Amino acid sequence: MDTQAEPVRYVAKNMRLDLRLIAEMIQPGTRVLDIGSGDGTLIDHLYRTKGCDARGIEIDMAEVTRSVVHGLPVMQGDADSDLAQYPDGAFDYVVLSRTLQAVERPREVLAQMLRIGTRALVSFPNFGHWLVRWQLLWSGRMPMTSVWARPWHETPNIHPCTIRDFFVLCAEEGYVVEKWLAVDEEGRGTPRRRSAALANLLGEQALFQLRRG
Amino acid sequence: MDTAQPEILHQHVTFDDGLMLECGQALASLTVAYRTYGALNAEKTNAILICHALTGDQYVAETHPVTGKGGWWDLVVGPGLPVDTDRFFVICTNVLGGCMGSTGPRSPKDAGAGLWGTDFPPVTIKDMVNAQKRLIDRLGIARLFAVVGGSMGGMQVLQWAACYPDMVFAAVPIATAAYHSAQNIAFNEVGRQSIFSDPDYAAGRYWEHDQIPARGLAVARMVAHITYLSEEALTRKFGRRVRGAQGIGGFAEIFEVESYLRHQGSTFVRRFDANSYLTITRATDYFDLAEEHGGDLKAAFKGTRTRFCLISFSSDWLYPTAESRDVARALNGAAANVSFVEIASDKGHDAFLLDEPDFHRALAGFLAGCAEHAGLP
Repeated sequence: MDTQAEPVRYVAKNMRLDLRLIAEMIQPGTRVLDIGSGDGTLIDHLYRTKGCDARGIEIDMAEVTRSVVHGLPVMQGDADSDLAQYPDGAFDYVVLSRTLQAVERPREVLAQMLRIGTRALVSFPNFGHWLVRWQLLWSGRMPMTSVWARPWHETPNIHPCTIRDFFVLCAEEGYVVEKWLAVDEEGRGTPRRRSAALANLLGEQALFQLRRG
Repeated sequence: MDTAQPEILHQHVTFDDGLMLECGQALASLTVAYRTYGALNAEKTNAILICHALTGDQYVAETHPVTGKGGWWDLVVGPGLPVDTDRFFVICTNVLGGCMGSTGPRSPKDAGAGLWGTDFPPVTIKDMVNAQKRLIDRLGIARLFAVVGGSMGGMQVLQWAACYPDMVFAAVPIATAAYHSAQNIAFNEVGRQSIFSDPDYAAGRYWEHDQIPARGLAVARMVAHITYLSEEALTRKFGRRVRGAQGIGGFAEIFEVESYLRHQGSTFVRRFDANSYLTITRATDYFDLAEEHGGDLKAAFKGTRTRFCLISFSSDWLYPTAESRDVARALNGAAANVSFVEIASDKGHDAFLLDEPDFHRALAGFLAGCAEHAGLP
C-alpha cells in the first residue's frame, strides 16, 4: 500500500496526503497520540511545526527503531492491546491513520481512542470507491487498486469498510462526527461536505474527526 | 592461590554525616567512589549519570585499574559515541555495597574496628540511588540531563525516576525490570550458596586469613554468566567443540564452553569481593518498585515529566522484553512520555554491553532528541 520513497522529513508537502490533512486539523500545542505512527513523519511534523507533545505507537519494530533513532517518542505496541493502559483523557487528539482496517477489533479500538483522547482522527481507505465496486462486479475477484494493492491472502487489511459503513458505526456508538472529508489519492476532486453517498463512490480515502457524544 | 584484590586509591568523596539506609540502620560515614568524563557546562545542565550493573564499576570508559582492560562501556561512552563526552558530562559511581572504593563490605567498619565484612547492613537499590544523589548534590547539579543504565543499572534508573522525578530529565532503563523475578532470585541464590559452601569463605571473614573464597565466587560467576548469554550465542561461540583430547574421559576441561566459563570465573575473583557480591545480589532481589505503591507500578511514576526510553533485547531471558513492556505500559498509565524498543539480537542479556549498532543508534537518537527538548546546544 505504501510504496512511495522515504519521505523527506519536516516538509509537509512531502507527507502522505492523509497525514497532511490530519495535521491541518490538529490545533497547535496539543497532546497527540499517533497509533500506527510508522516512521514517525506525522509526530515529527506536529512537534516541529505546531509545538505539539506528539507521541507514537507502532507495531513494526524496524519502524519503531527508526523513529527512536530520530529522537521521536515512539513505543512498540499494538492498537488492539496497548491502548487500555492509558488514563482517561490523556490526549487532545488520538490519530489512527490508515490502520483501522488492519486492527483486530476496530470497534473496541475506536472506543479506547475516545476514552483516552478528547477527539479521534481516523483515516481509512474507502472500500466503497467505484473502482473497487466495479472490479468486484466485473471480474468477480477481490479488487486490486493502488489503494488496495495486495492480494486477499497477503493483505493485513482484515476489516475493510466503506464511508457509509463508518457513518453507521459512529451512529451506533453515539460518536459525533465533527468533520469529515473524502479525497482521491492525489487529493483531487475533494467532495467536501457533499453527500455521503457521492463521497462513498468517488473518495479513495476518508478522514473523520470524532468526539464522544 | 588467589588472594585479595590489590588496594587501589579510587577517586572519591566522603560524607561525614553518613547515610540512613532503608533497613533502618545508618552508615556513620559514606564514601562514594566515582569517575567523570567530559566537561560540566556553566549552567550544569549537561550531566548524564551512568549506573553500572551487578559486577560493573565506575570505570565506564577508561582502562580498568585492576584488570588493565578497557572500560565496560567503551563502545557507548566517549567522544562521538552514543553518550557523547564531547557534549555531555558523564558521571559514574561505584554502587553502595560495591568493592571499588564506595562504602561496602570491604570498607573499615569504624575507626580501628576492622572491615565490615558480613556485618555490612543489607542495602537496596534505593539506598544505592540515595548514595549517588549525595554526590550529585555535592557536584551542585540540580537536574541530571539523563540517567542511563542496564540490568541492575536499569533498576537504579527506574528508582531515580520514581524517587527524584524532578532531577531526571530523561531516563534510559536498558535490559531491566521493575522487580526481580523468582527465576532471577533463584539464580542469585545458587551463586550465594556456592560462596557460602567454599571453606575459604571462613564465615565471611576470609580476609583475616589472607584468603578469598575463590572457588565459590568463581562458580557463582559461572552460573551467572550462563544467564547473561543465550542458547544461540553459546551455540554460535562454542557449539559442542572440544579441546585437544578426544574420546570419553574424566572431568577435566573437555568442551570449549567449559574452559570459557572457568576462565570467566577465575578472572572474576581477582577483581571482585565475595561479600560485595552477596550484598549486591541481595539488593537486586529486594527490588520491587511497585511494592511501596500497593503493587501498582504506574503509581510510582504518577505525574512524572521525565522522558523515558526503554530498551530490551530479543534473546535476553534474564530480563525478557515482556518485563520492559510491563514498565512501558505502567508509564503509559501515568501518561508519561515513553519510547520503547526491542533490539533484535542473539547475544542474550549481555547484548547491552556488546556491539549492537541498532541499540547504539537508538540510544544516541533518543538522547539527541531529549537534548533538543531540554534546549541543550
